[in-house]
Amino acid sequence: MTTEYDIAVIGGGNAALCAAMTAAETGAKVLILETAPKAYRGGNSRHTRNFRCMHEGPLGPLVDDYNEDEYFDDLMKVTGGKTNEKLARLAIRTSEECLPWMQEHGVRFQPPLSGTLSLARTNAFFMGGGKSLVNAYYRTAVGLGVDVLYEAAVTHLQLDGDQVTRVDYTHNGTSHSISPKSVIVASGGFQADTNWLTRAWGPAAQNFLIRGTPYNRGVVLADLLDQNVRQVGDADQCHAVAIDGRAPKFDGGIVTRLDCVPFSVVVNKHAERFYDEGEDVWPKRYAIWGRLVAAQPDQVGYVISDAKSLNLFMPSVFPPLKADSLEELAGMMDLPPAKLRETVDGFNAACGDTSAFHPTELDGVATHGITPAKTNWARPISQAPFYGYSLRTGVTFTYLGLKVDEKAQCSTSTGPIRNLWAAGETMAGSILGQGYLAGFGMTIGTVFGRIAGQKAASYAN
Amino acid sequence: MQTEMNLDLLSEARRQAEICNACRYCEGYCSVFPALHSQRAFSDGDITQLANLCHNCRGCYYACQYTAPHEFELNLPKALAEVRRDSWESFAWPQPVARRFQTHGGAIALAFVVGWAALFWALRSIGSSGGDGFYAALSHSAMVAIFLPTFFLPLASLAISLNRYWRSVGGQRLRFQHITTAFSKAARMKDLAAGHNEGCNFEDEDRFSQARRHVHQAIMYGFILCFAATGTATVMHYVFAMPAPYPLFSLPKLLGLSGGVLLTVGCGAMGVLKLRADRNLGDPGAWGGDMGFILLLGFVGFSGLLLYVLGSTTAMPTLLALHLGAVLTFFLLTPFTKMAHGFYRLAALIKDAQ
Repeated sequence: MTTEYDIAVIGGGNAALCAAMTAAETGAKVLILETAPKAYRGGNSRHTRNFRCMHEGPLGPLVDDYNEDEYFDDLMKVTGGKTNEKLARLAIRTSEECLPWMQEHGVRFQPPLSGTLSLARTNAFFMGGGKSLVNAYYRTAVGLGVDVLYEAAVTHLQLDGDQVTRVDYTHNGTSHSISPKSVIVASGGFQADTNWLTRAWGPAAQNFLIRGTPYNRGVVLADLLDQNVRQVGDADQCHAVAIDGRAPKFDGGIVTRLDCVPFSVVVNKHAERFYDEGEDVWPKRYAIWGRLVAAQPDQVGYVISDAKSLNLFMPSVFPPLKADSLEELAGMMDLPPAKLRETVDGFNAACGDTSAFHPTELDGVATHGITPAKTNWARPISQAPFYGYSLRTGVTFTYLGLKVDEKAQCSTSTGPIRNLWAAGETMAGSILGQGYLAGFGMTIGTVFGRIAGQKAASYAN
Repeated sequence: MQTEMNLDLLSEARRQAEICNACRYCEGYCSVFPALHSQRAFSDGDITQLANLCHNCRGCYYACQYTAPHEFELNLPKALAEVRRDSWESFAWPQPVARRFQTHGGAIALAFVVGWAALFWALRSIGSSGGDGFYAALSHSAMVAIFLPTFFLPLASLAISLNRYWRSVGGQRLRFQHITTAFSKAARMKDLAAGHNEGCNFEDEDRFSQARRHVHQAIMYGFILCFAATGTATVMHYVFAMPAPYPLFSLPKLLGLSGGVLLTVGCGAMGVLKLRADRNLGDPGAWGGDMGFILLLGFVGFSGLLLYVLGSTTAMPTLLALHLGAVLTFFLLTPFTKMAHGFYRLAALIKDAQ
């Protein structure tokens, strides 16, 4: 490749594409370096589904209104206050102008449908999901003259003083170096590098599943941190949820979710219960269960349910194990049968009056006299056939990242790096210290991708 | 007797449908997904119904996170296309010809040659005892004797097939509203429009385009116009004692000419689109049969137009044999070629409205 590029964008997901399109619209010559092959382009954006958007009055597919303070309050609730208020409010405020911008750049939203009604006010859903958003953005970007290299793995950014002077990458088995005027890093977190996770988390991380792309290995992130670019967050912080234990190691995505826990009991490999399965509705608890399962021996949990509860939760991608007796189910799951029987019998005996059972609200139907208690939806596991699932920890993303300011600019301890910006998951830790709010990752990626694109282009032009 | 449907095709489509049911990202695209998401488990009949609801717009394929090289290897448009064709072949009557044409363009070509030869023979041996226009080459009564059964036999065959389909998918009593809903969707080809009305993903990977939808409607309405031309001519002949030939500014001519142009242009364009599209997102085994059918239908329109232009030359009897041969073949093969899809699609849309 002989063309001189004004801007190199590292990464090929939502934030990278927003940055590339914004920069290209100013006339800058932009190159996207995407590690993944074309079929897997788009990073974790492939797995996303919606965009959380502030709006005063109905906007696109969104009904009513969702103002800045309510949005910010929702964020504070899930992050427990570990939020950079200035950057969070910038993301929230800018989200409103992003939605029409997204439509102009090819994204199509769907009207609220069966599973999404409860979010019709706060989250705009992409027709076909994140991969169709990514497809539309690639088409628009290429139409704007952006060049895209797939399977182009960036290995090093040469930082000299306060600027990046060289980008090294490999493509088709050979090494290349370019010296663009501006560089935007939008290459995600490091969760697909199991060794890095293991260093941070300990050996348990070997058993974690990675819900998203296998290409977020944090190569560029590590390279920049090694050169003392300012970091945010800690390596042992990641967002993880409990998912189907049979999910593939990488890229299982949305279908590996299980929402059967509130209507079941969950035991560890010794057939012992370890937490209140009915503490709250599942969308408010699946992240906690990711950590709970990670703390169990072999990082695995086993869900035991019965015939009367099967239709209360979404169909799973893999059918549940099914047996006529608890002992048979224990055999199928490699659990000690006698112990499982004892645990379930104890649980069943602790269940009281279940007449108030209500699957869609906190019904207060609780156990009495056992530890841990089950505080809602506690019904005996008694009606054959019995059903079983295994649960494992599925990592969604990592919080460790590059610290940026409101211009999306990176810095070292001596000050800003003149020509380096970051957007998306790789800098999301600058805003989110812990927890997650559905659709906020795409908000951060879109808002800061566009900012990074503008700033990088005005520097380059 | 109908044959059993292919269990391998059904179970592969079921495997994929179960993954789709746990994802649901595509629910906005077409009629398939709301129907799919309303169930937890899929019987053979459910899968057959989903397959016939699918219009192969491919939106879900390009939006899918789980297509190969992902280990889930989803390709729902292909899985459903294969079940769909297998369902048409399994329900077709009579069975000995059921699996001869959907997958064999060559068999369609051969049938056309036979049809053309039959008409050529009819012209030579029956001929005409006088008459104007085309009736000078083949008498009106001979045409009626040939084409009346050619029209009604396939309809009888399709009635048997659709009855089998209806029972297989668990269809209920028809209501007028089910039928109007289905016709309204088909009239706009709603399921080739994607949820955002920008068309399907066909000739250029994931780019949304109305090309296939518009071309399909050109063919569909072109066919309807040609059919209406024949219908009005029949009424004029029998009710008003106004036999052919008709002048240019007459209903049969105006309907037939516009229909013939739409049919010819539409089939030609559809052939080009099919050449550009990824064969592996449909039923690769039926590609030849589909193409043969499109060419045959296009030739019906084209030869009809040629007859209009060259009707008063010496080439007329030859052209008439070619045109009527194509029409004869087209009608007789209707239950066994892609033409059957229109009837099944309507049935599936009616079932979906219930």
